[in-house]
Amino acid sequence: MNEKDPTMPPIELIDEQTTFTLAELCRCCAVEAELIEALVEHGILEPAGQSGRHLCFPSSSLRRTRITLHLQRDLGVNLAGAALALDLLERIDELDARLRAISR
Amino acid sequence: MGVARDATQDEIKRSYRKLARKYHPDVSKEADAEARFKEVGEAYEVLKDPEKRAAYDQLGKQWKSGEEFRPPPDWDAGFEFRGGGYTAGDAGAHSDFFEELFGRGYAGPGGTQHRRAFRMRGDNHHAKVLIDLEDSFNGATRSISLRMPELTEDGHVTTRNRTLSVRIPKGIRPGQQIRLAGQGGPGLGGAESGDLYLEVEFTRHPLYRVDGADVYLDLPVTPWEAALGANIKVPTPAGNIDLKIPANSMQGRKLRVKGRGLTGKQPGDLYVVLQLTLPPADSDTARNLYKQMQEQLDFNPRAAMGVS
Repeated sequence: MNEKDPTMPPIELIDEQTTFTLAELCRCCAVEAELIEALVEHGILEPAGQSGRHLCFPSSSLRRTRITLHLQRDLGVNLAGAALALDLLERIDELDARLRAISR
Repeated sequence: MGVARDATQDEIKRSYRKLARKYHPDVSKEADAEARFKEVGEAYEVLKDPEKRAAYDQLGKQWKSGEEFRPPPDWDAGFEFRGGGYTAGDAGAHSDFFEELFGRGYAGPGGTQHRRAFRMRGDNHHAKVLIDLEDSFNGATRSISLRMPELTEDGHVTTRNRTLSVRIPKGIRPGQQIRLAGQGGPGLGGAESGDLYLEVEFTRHPLYRVDGADVYLDLPVTPWEAALGANIKVPTPAGNIDLKIPANSMQGRKLRVKGRGLTGKQPGDLYVVLQLTLPPADSDTARNLYKQMQEQLDFNPRAAMGVS
């Protein structure tokens, strides 16, 4: 049963300039504000600044929160461990990109 | 899972943890990581439970097709890697795997985390979408197939295939996301649906390499073009351009062509990296020319090493 959806749903681009308020981030990641606060305390998320009274987070926070939750759920990693893993993953991505550049 | 049939429960647990780390889709760089991760998780679900393991041991590898095999009553209980984990997307066909985010639902303001409210917003769904560099330049429409779990009226969960047409906006970059509001999992009790997030990745291009908004091109040049300077035609994703190679260019020299990277509000740059390519000495003419250089040029690339 392959159902075609002929409509083209409206899209929203989330780029490097996009920021999220705490409430938006909670909604996007389906988590509670307490968890986001804990992620900030562990340095996993860094607020990009404030818009009015509200903290705002860079768009990379979506991915970082998601990976943290996956590592927690699937591997039993705690937040300090997830922070370390995220830093190392980022570093590996950088090194991979450099390696690709020189080994073509 | 790579353990012997008589492995102890501890050995199984160790092996599982090792493989789960190795194939975790957020960590692993292997192409089939997601499928392997699921396999390992499912195998562990069987092996960690002594009762299920006994059943498996009895039937060996045929346990899936074995008709006489009657699963224990709680066979389907607690499959962490089903509902809550990476659900089976169309992994092979499109490589746009989709994963259901966290088995638990979104608890609204004032709700408690683990208790399911009757009205519950649908889950957000996540998928990766692979596009070509050209799609970012020209914009594109991509057909995306998703397998979505759906609740039937009598409360059973079925999966339904959906195909969505998604507009890929011009200038999109790797790592950016596209949000499709309301295209995630359906809400319960009349609550709104979750959103669908698509994370953009680029396929490998035979010519270009993308770093953020910048595009890199390795350009083969002859020794005389690099030495004497030249005007040569260079392909770019937006069409050919004429590029001036400055005289005395060395191997690996990077030439920046401003604004010729990915398009967008802040367009990236194109970097042309010169790759000096020697003509083969496969004719008398070529050999004579090399010989002339040998005789007439005073050139020792190993001078700094103290040898000649």
